[in-house]
Amino acid sequence: MIGLQQYLLLATILFAVGIYGVLSKRNAVAVLMSVELMLNSVNLNFVAINRYVVTDQAVGQLFALMVIVVAAAEVAVGLALIISIFRQRKSVNLNDFNLLKW
Amino acid sequence: MFAWSLELAWLIVLLPFAAFALIGLFLHRWPRLSASVSILAIGLSFALSVLVAAHVFLGGMQETFEISMRWLAMPGLNVDMGLLIDGLTAVMLIVVTLVALLVQVYSLGYMHGDPGFSSYYAYQSVFAGSMLGLVLANNFGQLFVFWELVGLASYLLIGFWFGRHSAKNAAVKAFVTNRVGDFGLLLGILFLQIIFGTLNFNGLAGEIAGYTNTAVLIAISILLLAGPIGKSAQFPLHVWLPDAMEGPTPVSALIHAATMVAAGVYLIARAFFIFSSTPEAMTLIAVIGGFTALFAATIALVQNDIKRILAYSTLSQLGYMVMAMGIGAMTAGMFHLMTHAFFKSLLFLGAGSVIHAMADEQDIWKMGRLKDKMPITTWTFVIGALALAGIPPLSGFWSKDEILLSAFAGGHIVLYLLGTLVAFMTAFYMFRLIFVAFFGTNKGGEEAHESSAVMTVPLIILAVLAVVAGFVGSPVMNYAFGHFVTYPGAVHYEPNTVVMVISGLVAIAGIVLAWAIYQKQLISHLALRQRFKVIYDLLYHKYYIDEIYQWLGERFVYGTAKVLFWFDIYVVNGIVNGIAALTGGAGRVLRYTETGQVQTYAAYMLVGVIVIVGLVMIAGFTLLI
Repeated sequence: MIGLQQYLLLATILFAVGIYGVLSKRNAVAVLMSVELMLNSVNLNFVAINRYVVTDQAVGQLFALMVIVVAAAEVAVGLALIISIFRQRKSVNLNDFNLLKW
Repeated sequence: MFAWSLELAWLIVLLPFAAFALIGLFLHRWPRLSASVSILAIGLSFALSVLVAAHVFLGGMQETFEISMRWLAMPGLNVDMGLLIDGLTAVMLIVVTLVALLVQVYSLGYMHGDPGFSSYYAYQSVFAGSMLGLVLANNFGQLFVFWELVGLASYLLIGFWFGRHSAKNAAVKAFVTNRVGDFGLLLGILFLQIIFGTLNFNGLAGEIAGYTNTAVLIAISILLLAGPIGKSAQFPLHVWLPDAMEGPTPVSALIHAATMVAAGVYLIARAFFIFSSTPEAMTLIAVIGGFTALFAATIALVQNDIKRILAYSTLSQLGYMVMAMGIGAMTAGMFHLMTHAFFKSLLFLGAGSVIHAMADEQDIWKMGRLKDKMPITTWTFVIGALALAGIPPLSGFWSKDEILLSAFAGGHIVLYLLGTLVAFMTAFYMFRLIFVAFFGTNKGGEEAHESSAVMTVPLIILAVLAVVAGFVGSPVMNYAFGHFVTYPGAVHYEPNTVVMVISGLVAIAGIVLAWAIYQKQLISHLALRQRFKVIYDLLYHKYYIDEIYQWLGERFVYGTAKVLFWFDIYVVNGIVNGIAALTGGAGRVLRYTETGQVQTYAAYMLVGVIVIVGLVMIAGFTLLI
């Protein structure tokens, strides 16, 4: 039987994978994808809790839609930045982008 | 009679200040005009003072006249500005305005052609106004303000020739030494305000009469006494007065002989109700005065500078006055203050006339037969010296005799003997000066010439006063002085022929001894000097007081300064620099956390979130809300 607990467990695993990707991937595009993964784990939480806790309303679903829209915009801006920086540096490796330090 | 003059008494103070403002702001380009304005102002003040004095003395004014207005009000302290006129004030008004007027006229000749002629008269005016404000004050607050102002005028005039190093140093020395005394005076005044709630003289007199805590009264008396010790140059704060002779000689005559240095004696007389309330304070005053009188007279015996001899003589005579106050003879002390003002300013102006004629030479051994060249100066000087020595019937005789009589009849035998000894020394050192400088055999003074009339006329007027001023307090005029300048419970002693004869005889003996040594040269003064070389050196170097102060200053002031300097450099600076270094060091270390790697920052954020979530889980949700 699949219940709330299983959904939350899946969301947690997705979130952990996302964090791992954000912290350890050197490719900027991969980092961006990992961020999407984290956002989607949160969306999953919203929808699951809405389904099991407040069944007569649809706030969780609405919020998930909202997050998807914002994430789409964010990905657009992020990819634009990565393209722009790739044109400058011929690289998408985050290790090369450490100008703003001591 | 002349009652209206009392209502105008404020003009006496205001006129010299107005002259100062006029000269300082507008007239300083025209020296002669400045001098005229200054002399006109002090002349009008003198005329008004004469009217006031006439009303007080001849009009039979019984009670004191007082007007007052609030100047400064704050919780716990009210300072008034007012006028208090009684016999004591009237005497001081006459003395100050008259001597100031004569000195300013005399300065026309003495300061002729000086580049600072206008500022000299501006300073003279500010001094005259402040001194008059001081004697007219009806409360301690106002008295202190003017007390400091005369100190300022004194500083400006001592350092008038500030191009000379010695004059500059003397001015600073006078100011700093007075600061020591004035600090005590200020503390005393604050104590009076705190304990009695008023600074008004009449109000305080009533309060103190009913006050019984003797310890407090003694403490206040001693604190207040510090002011006169500084201003009237009593031991141990006497060191500034001889150095103050660096100022122009008329300044020495007015400020450092006749008026300002007498302000301390005046303060004791004005606050006599405080000092006389405890015998301990009175004894202290008498001892300080008597010691200063003897101490300064011995130094005067061997000095060679004409102005320094007179300066030590002034110290000695001020000691006399203070001693008179201390033995309760306030009237006699004020009487001596008045006669001393006349004959000592005469002597100083005479010395100024000599110095002027000798092209700024002040060593009496470089003078000689001045009597042939400067007859008026010589004979007025001799009259002044006779009055100072106390030869009857000149003014000094009556006032000195009054003090000695009070000491003798009051049972202060030691002080009486001391006073008589000082009288002998006074006669001796004055006539040593006269025989060497005016009647001597030295060749010096060949090119000297008599001074002009603006200088000799004041000398003649003062000489007349030096002769006759004593009669107002003598049996000849039935002790008129004592009827007006007195205090409740004053005791007047009947004249004692023995005291009179002895004081006359010791004065004559002093003159004869000086004549024998320095005129007839029956005893060689050089041989005497050799014989008593140790004593001579001790006296010549003024008991090494200046050197001792110098030594103490270097040891203690510089020592303390060194310790504080060390403290400042290593402790205060250390703390400040330490905090700065700590901040800088922390920054230097912590900046390596800023790697520029966006993923590192993300990791920090994650750690932060984990820590917060962990804390919330441990402490529960209530902590957050």
